[in-house]
Amino acid sequence: MWSWLNVRIGFFLATRQLRRASLWTTSLIIFVMVLTFLNLVVVSGILVGLMQGAIDAVRTKYTSDVIVSTLDDKRYIENAPSVISLIKTLPEVEALSARYRQGGTLEANYKTRKDSDKPNTAPAVVVGINPEEENSVTGIAGDLIEGEFLAPGDYDKVVLGNYLLTQYFPIETPGFTTLDNVGIGTKIRLSVGDVTREVEVKGIIKSKVDEIAMRAFMVDSQMRSLIGRTDGNVAEIAVHVTPGTDPAVVRDAILLRGVGQYAKVQTFEDAQPKFLRDIINMFNMLGAGFSSIGLVVASITIFIVIFINAITRRKYIGILKGIGIHGRAIEYSYAFQSIFYAVIGSGIGLALVYGALVPLFLAHPINFPFSDGILVAPLGQTMFRVALLIVSTVIAGYIPAWMIIRKNTLDSILGR
Amino acid sequence: MLETKQLRKSFKDGGTETHVLKGVDFLANDGEFISIMGRSGAGKSTFLYQMSLLDDPTGGEVIIDGHDTHLMTPEEKMHFRLRKFGYVFQDYALLPELTAVENVALPLMMAGKTKQQAYKEAEVALTRMKLGHRLGNLPSQLSGGEQQRTSIARAVAHTPKILFADEPTANLDNESSRIVMDIFKELHAAGQTIIMVTHEEEFAKQAERIVRLDDGRITSDERMRSV
Repeated sequence: MWSWLNVRIGFFLATRQLRRASLWTTSLIIFVMVLTFLNLVVVSGILVGLMQGAIDAVRTKYTSDVIVSTLDDKRYIENAPSVISLIKTLPEVEALSARYRQGGTLEANYKTRKDSDKPNTAPAVVVGINPEEENSVTGIAGDLIEGEFLAPGDYDKVVLGNYLLTQYFPIETPGFTTLDNVGIGTKIRLSVGDVTREVEVKGIIKSKVDEIAMRAFMVDSQMRSLIGRTDGNVAEIAVHVTPGTDPAVVRDAILLRGVGQYAKVQTFEDAQPKFLRDIINMFNMLGAGFSSIGLVVASITIFIVIFINAITRRKYIGILKGIGIHGRAIEYSYAFQSIFYAVIGSGIGLALVYGALVPLFLAHPINFPFSDGILVAPLGQTMFRVALLIVSTVIAGYIPAWMIIRKNTLDSILGR
Repeated sequence: MLETKQLRKSFKDGGTETHVLKGVDFLANDGEFISIMGRSGAGKSTFLYQMSLLDDPTGGEVIIDGHDTHLMTPEEKMHFRLRKFGYVFQDYALLPELTAVENVALPLMMAGKTKQQAYKEAEVALTRMKLGHRLGNLPSQLSGGEQQRTSIARAVAHTPKILFADEPTANLDNESSRIVMDIFKELHAAGQTIIMVTHEEEFAKQAERIVRLDDGRITSDERMRSV
């Protein structure tokens, strides 16, 4: 029967036992709890973080918060200047970058090439941008690894993504070619449709976002003259919203104004490929699987610790019952001890995760080929895992105490 | 008043059954100081455990103030032990991680007293046992005599109806034993009912009544002096 008095006595006994327990034993149990907590949070957090890093990079460097793009059967956004003006009137919009986009081919070393040589070419997505606006939305200039970023007045200059250059992407795949011997100042040929122009490489950016790494950026006015477009109809508009604004609100506001008939309007989440979400769900499941093993190990550890403690203290448990202390109060005392181990272990784990590991992974992401892996530990999920750890630990601590306490009082006192 | 009627206790070990108590009839009046004596294996400790509700008899009855205890649930017996009885064990039976004052205060808290109240009463009980200077000491920091006096303080702090003592002087030197017996005499003089198991004639004689057990039966019931 539950009674507040039993809880009070249980707490009293637990605090005394903990206070006078061996420091080494207590530290060791807490250490196991910390490791279990880290196993619960960090394993799945890193697995998910691999994908989250990729998703975050796509959002930061490519789509921004809301992306307005061409309809599936169009090459550009019709009435784009009006759409841009309309988006700019929304108070939640902080900045935007309009991009012209067209498939093209890059060719290098064409002056020295003999007729028998294989052309040094690479396919590329040629993108015309306003350098200042693009940089204010995606901060792309910060990704330069060589040379300089575009300036508004640049004439026949390009910035190339690293996947276009063999020295940064030395992968030989049939059908996927990169440019050899191209660096800053190299002249290359840029062909879009029937138009070919010689341009100079001004900078090289490094990105793990495919959409960026396979692009050749040039100033929008140059791009317009290259493709012969005078109507200002761009192919993409990346919209950055004010901090704290839900991108879905801005998406809905844009759609509400009829932009949907000219373009696709998506938040960064809408624009995510479904397979990414599937992978995250799969990693979450895998993480939960690995974590549950840790949880079982921690529960067994606590079970053994409390069982040994209760067995060796059987005489005292008998005395307690003999002098009239309710068995339930004694059980609670062991439950409180288990809670103590789990709470302190989780507390240290939380401090480690949020005070050290998350900032550490943010500052120094794990360098995976397709993403910069971070540690994803949403507070809600983490607290759920803390609760899971505490509950399983309490059960693991309660069972052995219950087993010992139900033994005959006198047998316990006399050690029979 | 505590009464036993045809009290029996047997232990089974494999196929062998040992009859330790073979129908003991006994009556302890309020305020009596009774020593239970007997040679080793006579059943005196077993008799004490049945009377004090620490164990369940195989047969017979234990009646305390008209309550037939074999009709009680384990919960009711526990409450009885907590509120009506006090226990002094041969090996003191103090909880090692609790200080002297905490050991004494614990049953008081279990009886529903606040922590402050319980500590205050525990202090009074320990001071009465001349342990006022040892309140914060752990059992391991006390001598055997001090531990037994702490145990007595715990047993009497809630003014029990009956104080049961199982060989309370067996582990003590002469001086400590004498102190413990003096305390018992003081408690008895103040009206405390005491039932003490001992094998030491010298201390048994300090009670007003000596009940001798042999082979699971009372062989003599001798009154030493009038109440």
